[in-house]
Amino acid sequence: MSAVPALQVQGLTRNFGALKVTRNVDLTLERGARCALIGPNGAGKTTFVNLVTGVLAPSSGTVSLNGQDITTWSQADRARGGLARTFQINQLFRGLTVLENICMAIGERDGENNNMWRSAGAKRSVIDEALDHLDSLRLVDDALRLVKELPYGRQRLVEIAIALAQKPRVLLLDEPAAGVPSSESHLILDVVDNLDPDIAVMIIEHDMDVVFRFAKEIIVLVQGAVFTKGTPKEIMSNEDVRAVYLGQEGHDAVQRGGGHG
Amino acid sequence: MAVNNPPTAVTPPRDTAAIALRERAAEYLVRRHRFRWPEALPWIACIAVFFLFPDRLTFGSQVLVMVLFALSLDLILGYAGIVTLGHAAFFGLGAYTVGLGAAKLGWTEPVSGLFAAFFVASLGGFLSGYFLLRYRGLTLLMLTLATAIMLQEAGNLRSDLTGGYDGVPGLVFDPLLGRFEYDLYGHTNYIYALVVLAVVFFFVRRIVYSPFGQALTGIRENVRRMHAIGSPVHWRLVTVYTIAAGIAGIAGALFTQTNAYVTLTVFEFENSAKVMVMLILGGTGRLYGAFLGAAVYMIMEDYFSKLSPTFWQFGIGLLLVLAVLFARRGVLGVFEQVGDYFAKKKGTKS
Amino acid sequence: MPQFAIIGVSILFDGLAYAMFLFITSVGLSVTMGLMGFVNLAHGAFAMAGGYIVVALTRNLGIGFVPSLFIAAVLVGLISVVFERGLYRRLYKSTDLEQVLLTIGLAFMAIATATYFFGPIPKSVPLPTWLQGDINLGFRAFPTYRAFLIIVGLVLISVLWYGFEKTNIGAKIRAAVDNRRMAESVGINVDLLFTLTFALGSALAALGGGLAIQLFGLSPSFAVLYLVLFLIVVAVGGLGSLKGTLLAALVIGVIDTAGKYLYAEAGGFFIYAITVIVLLIKPAGFYGRE
Repeated sequence: MSAVPALQVQGLTRNFGALKVTRNVDLTLERGARCALIGPNGAGKTTFVNLVTGVLAPSSGTVSLNGQDITTWSQADRARGGLARTFQINQLFRGLTVLENICMAIGERDGENNNMWRSAGAKRSVIDEALDHLDSLRLVDDALRLVKELPYGRQRLVEIAIALAQKPRVLLLDEPAAGVPSSESHLILDVVDNLDPDIAVMIIEHDMDVVFRFAKEIIVLVQGAVFTKGTPKEIMSNEDVRAVYLGQEGHDAVQRGGGHG
Repeated sequence: MAVNNPPTAVTPPRDTAAIALRERAAEYLVRRHRFRWPEALPWIACIAVFFLFPDRLTFGSQVLVMVLFALSLDLILGYAGIVTLGHAAFFGLGAYTVGLGAAKLGWTEPVSGLFAAFFVASLGGFLSGYFLLRYRGLTLLMLTLATAIMLQEAGNLRSDLTGGYDGVPGLVFDPLLGRFEYDLYGHTNYIYALVVLAVVFFFVRRIVYSPFGQALTGIRENVRRMHAIGSPVHWRLVTVYTIAAGIAGIAGALFTQTNAYVTLTVFEFENSAKVMVMLILGGTGRLYGAFLGAAVYMIMEDYFSKLSPTFWQFGIGLLLVLAVLFARRGVLGVFEQVGDYFAKKKGTKS
Repeated sequence: MPQFAIIGVSILFDGLAYAMFLFITSVGLSVTMGLMGFVNLAHGAFAMAGGYIVVALTRNLGIGFVPSLFIAAVLVGLISVVFERGLYRRLYKSTDLEQVLLTIGLAFMAIATATYFFGPIPKSVPLPTWLQGDINLGFRAFPTYRAFLIIVGLVLISVLWYGFEKTNIGAKIRAAVDNRRMAESVGINVDLLFTLTFALGSALAALGGGLAIQLFGLSPSFAVLYLVLFLIVVAVGGLGSLKGTLLAALVIGVIDTAGKYLYAEAGGFFIYAITVIVLLIKPAGFYGRE
């Protein structure tokens, strides 16, 4: 492990008027980390992702990427610096083909999209790389289909494929399997399980099976603040977590999740 | 097992079918930007008009000017998705650059006038775009609208200079390239406008099919994702807005040169609205929509407004309403739908 | 009284009358845009329609000016429901562009229809004797009609303020402007609410159109000419805000009037400059939600 954490968040706070949506959150993702952020609805999980990625500006606190303070950076600068995310609700170029969606991310990553003169399809290396990414997610057959024509589960895969095409150092997955029928969700979970071990990954997920299978560290967010953090085992056995968050339903999931661990 | 290998590190095993698929995918992206024969049609039509209607070429060059103007709007509205109600501002800047240049500074050389108009209008585009393009929706609509009217009012304020709504009088331009005089029938003007249009069109076509143009489409399709993948969205928009403003400026300059007059009405809201209507009727985001829309609009306007301007205004209003309700992709879109329909029919038969 | 003071009072008086016209005509647009985010460029056409109905009623049927105003408002309110239910409704979820195009189309059709029936020449309206002439306050005579307009405006502001702030339906509208989804989830019928406010807003626009005839004359181009001003008032004031619309109407009304008194050559330059400055600083307007 490198000494410099891939992502470090210190004292991150965001107020909307009098409402404190994120309170003094500290978090560190080492290189290759596998972390899950859980918490009840309205705990401020997506707000947290938006603060880290620069969609929202924090009221106070700092965010560092590979040891560099990026708190004042724009969203785009952070992305080019190696911070990628997926969205809870698909944010895709629906009128373009799957291949073009991936090429878009590669083009922005390499600065190719500044080029006004060359034809967009002329750089074969971009297309080949995009197809490789699609290959790895078993999406090649859909390469030339428009995104809006794909079933929702496959659209979720494109969502991840775009983020991977950015070649990120840190990847934030916001409920990657949300809205996907359970018959297809294994496709997405396979991908999540097999992500490049060098990438630091944080996943937001409601499905405790996924969380306990995937994460080496779990952070519980309640009312915008870190309620507790620890290994899956510690979280599982934490009575307070059950009381405030998991409830009976969650309790069962923890039991089942324990089976995996 | 190795899922996210960088493509250069390990080449995944490929059978012939996979390779064929890759070829097809790459071919698809490349071919899309290639010249196709239907693209020659509008140009052939323009040349045909020159020979078939030699006495209507003054009107013809007006149409070409509007095609150019609509093309500049297509770049920002059709590709980047910027909705503006003030595009006439840049048309007007270009129109007055050559108008005042000729009247006050004696700059009567036409071609260099186009460059000057491009420069002034794109400067205006850059300055306003830098500040305005942070906003969207109603705020942007109002800001662009107010900017254009402000220019118009400023021009009226200095009517000693601009001639106000009476216009800049007595404009005379040098013969084109020092050789070709302007004839009464507008032959020279028509060829001039057509050549300028063709040159600009070539550049615009390169831009929209470039990776930059692709990124503009991305901004139109999903701006949130563009931010998330690291696109400098604001600068992309300012860049294309600047270019489009410059092209609108060239259109305005051509307007002044081919008419030999210019009045403050070029800045009017009606001018902004009119060019948008043309583009929408032709079809946005497809280059030739500007062609078709401007030509159809101008010809219909010429014909119907002679019969009854009131009838024409009602008709164009009705056409807009119908276009929004039933043909959101314009006339070209309808053609494409019909084409798709027959292509599918053919596909199912064979 | 010194000359500059007389001019100052005149600017305030005329500006206030102008502001009342702007407020009455724009307030409905502000609320409906705030509720649905619908860009309605045909709002000026509703105002114009109101004006022509008043012209037709007074000139052709000999009905009094004030009753004609009422009839015009009610008629246009009813007609607007047809448009809302038949056309606008289809485009609530569409893009700004499509809304702009549809409503520009409607505005064009309205202008053409008005030209067909009434011709392009500006129309005036016969006023009852009690609205003619001036009120002389010694240092200056003020046109009675403008005083009437100010009073009508103040009454309407009070009524709207009461309805907006103190009644059940007003609370629902405010809730829906604030957060539409939330309002729907607590059982407010936003669709019906919108139809009602749309009708009321269009009726007020018609009233404003009728009241404006004496000030500016009425020609078919009214629908587009003043639309820009209504949109500015709405954008500068902030969508869906009664307070904001009033403040913006006052600012625009007084400054435009001042410009005409003091520096007529500048035309509307100042109000457009102010619009740009305000929106650059506060993109959502004075009282809009950012």
